Amino acid sequence: MKRAGAFSWVMMVLGLLFLYAPIISMMVFSLNNSRLVTVWDAAHSPTFKWYGALLDNDEILGAAWLSIRIAVVSSTCAVVLGTLAGVALARFGPFRGRTFLVGMTTAPLVMPEVITGLALLLLFITLQQAIGWPHGAGFITITLAHITFCTTYVAVVVQSRLAGFDESLEEAAMDLGARPTTVFFRVTLPLVVPALVSGWLLSFTLSWDDLVITQFVAGPGSSTLPMVIFSKVRLGVSPDVNALATLMVLLVASGIVVSAIWMNWQNRRRERDAQLAAASNL
Amino acid sequence: MALAKHMRGRRVVISIPMIWMGLLFLLPFLIVLKLSFSEERLAIPPYAPFLEWVGGLPHPVLHWNNYAFLFTDPLYVSSYLYSLKVAAVSTLWCLVLGFPMALTIARARQPWRNVLLMMVVLPFWTSFLLRVYAWIGLLKHNGVINNVLIWLGVIHQPITMLQTDFAVYVGIVYSYLPYMILPLYANLEKHDPQLLEAAADLGARPFKAFLRVTLPQSIPGIIAGSLLVFIPAVGEYVVPSLLGRSDQLMIGRVLSDEFFENRDWPVASAVAILMLVLLVAPIMLFNHFSEREIEAHK
Repeated sequence: MKRAGAFSWVMMVLGLLFLYAPIISMMVFSLNNSRLVTVWDAAHSPTFKWYGALLDNDEILGAAWLSIRIAVVSSTCAVVLGTLAGVALARFGPFRGRTFLVGMTTAPLVMPEVITGLALLLLFITLQQAIGWPHGAGFITITLAHITFCTTYVAVVVQSRLAGFDESLEEAAMDLGARPTTVFFRVTLPLVVPALVSGWLLSFTLSWDDLVITQFVAGPGSSTLPMVIFSKVRLGVSPDVNALATLMVLLVASGIVVSAIWMNWQNRRRERDAQLAAASNL
Repeated sequence: MALAKHMRGRRVVISIPMIWMGLLFLLPFLIVLKLSFSEERLAIPPYAPFLEWVGGLPHPVLHWNNYAFLFTDPLYVSSYLYSLKVAAVSTLWCLVLGFPMALTIARARQPWRNVLLMMVVLPFWTSFLLRVYAWIGLLKHNGVINNVLIWLGVIHQPITMLQTDFAVYVGIVYSYLPYMILPLYANLEKHDPQLLEAAADLGARPFKAFLRVTLPQSIPGIIAGSLLVFIPAVGEYVVPSLLGRSDQLMIGRVLSDEFFENRDWPVASAVAILMLVLLVAPIMLFNHFSEREIEAHK
């Protein structure tokens, strides 16, 4: 394999620096004693006082709890819906409405969030007038909105995972007499498990992180964590947000690293099983 | 296809996501479209009903004045143009930075390839809002960048970077860079290295081989990545709100202000519909390319 040239490597290093410099600076300043966020108070730093302050902040804790509940429910529902869509697109061949489903699973990926947010809010208001449900904005409306945009991500992940396998496995199971429903649960579904795991994690972070759509569909009184953070940082930099950001980055990073290692291990085990199976056939 | 034809639940599997997305993605847009032709009213909800009853028959009323208003007030036109410019410039910078990065990853040996890929994707998993926020601390008047430059003696007075176009470009390139790198990487990784060897054997220098062999093959990746950055960047709200100018708004901010501050829902809807009209061609192009990319995996 040809190696990339020196120029590309320089750009790679600069690019990584660009990606990580803000995060690292945020982490460093979360340990700063001074309230003036960017002035390093060498005499009294590092300190963990901003982390302590977070634990006393009921507004942030309450918002974080709301965000977690919304993210868990939305990503779980999105995995179910997205898997159905992904399986249909990858395995069902041509069917009526396929173009529609393709559009519905790719357009939300790029749709500017202000448009989606406005559209969903107007839908909820119209529904409320027509059938009296959902009653007021809040947990329900935010969750419905999050399920909708997370579904498309899951569908794409599942679809590309299935596209990576040909259908000979499923056909073999059918030739051996398995019924289609059995094939689905015993062959197709296990194949997509890694996609389900990453789809769920992706949905969780997208939901946990979403500000713009949520701001539209959240009623008064239900503020998610990004909404609280946004209203704080609009007024300028604040050290407790640095502490919160550091915690979130560390939590997510360790989650990603652990799941990457787990998937790597799973893949290796599968390869080993395949080799064993091949060897026993000799 | 064998699985599909016989499965009893086939229709159910197809229709559940279809109904969901139809109800929660397509239907809302129709409501926005409807509302953009409505009139503002001091009522709850603050707009005139779409159907008026004339002699016992429903009679749809289309008001074009929201759209007319958008074209007469220079605020809206300049916001649209400014958003398109910001999105285009940011997309270009993402490409300039992202292409060499994707190339490096695609050509790195394992396990470096996976490590680099993970390092590029990792920030993408952490809060978008907080990553944009982090730039405030770097860019502001007494922020990290100015302090370092003064300490190094490069400058004597702090440079104003926050609340400029520059800050918006930095913020958008920063948040959307992985969206550019991933499709490019997926494309570059599939290239056959023998083609480059053949070009070298025939006497092409590396740069020429890049221009004539690598670049033409990577066009689908470039298009997919650029659309993935450009389309959402046009409607970007968070980056310009935190880092951008206050004298020149982007259209996403205008829409949100129109809705929340002025409570003029019909005009906000018209702003959204016009933005969609601008973006419909790129979105359809993106649908086309992403479907083709997934098909190509088979």
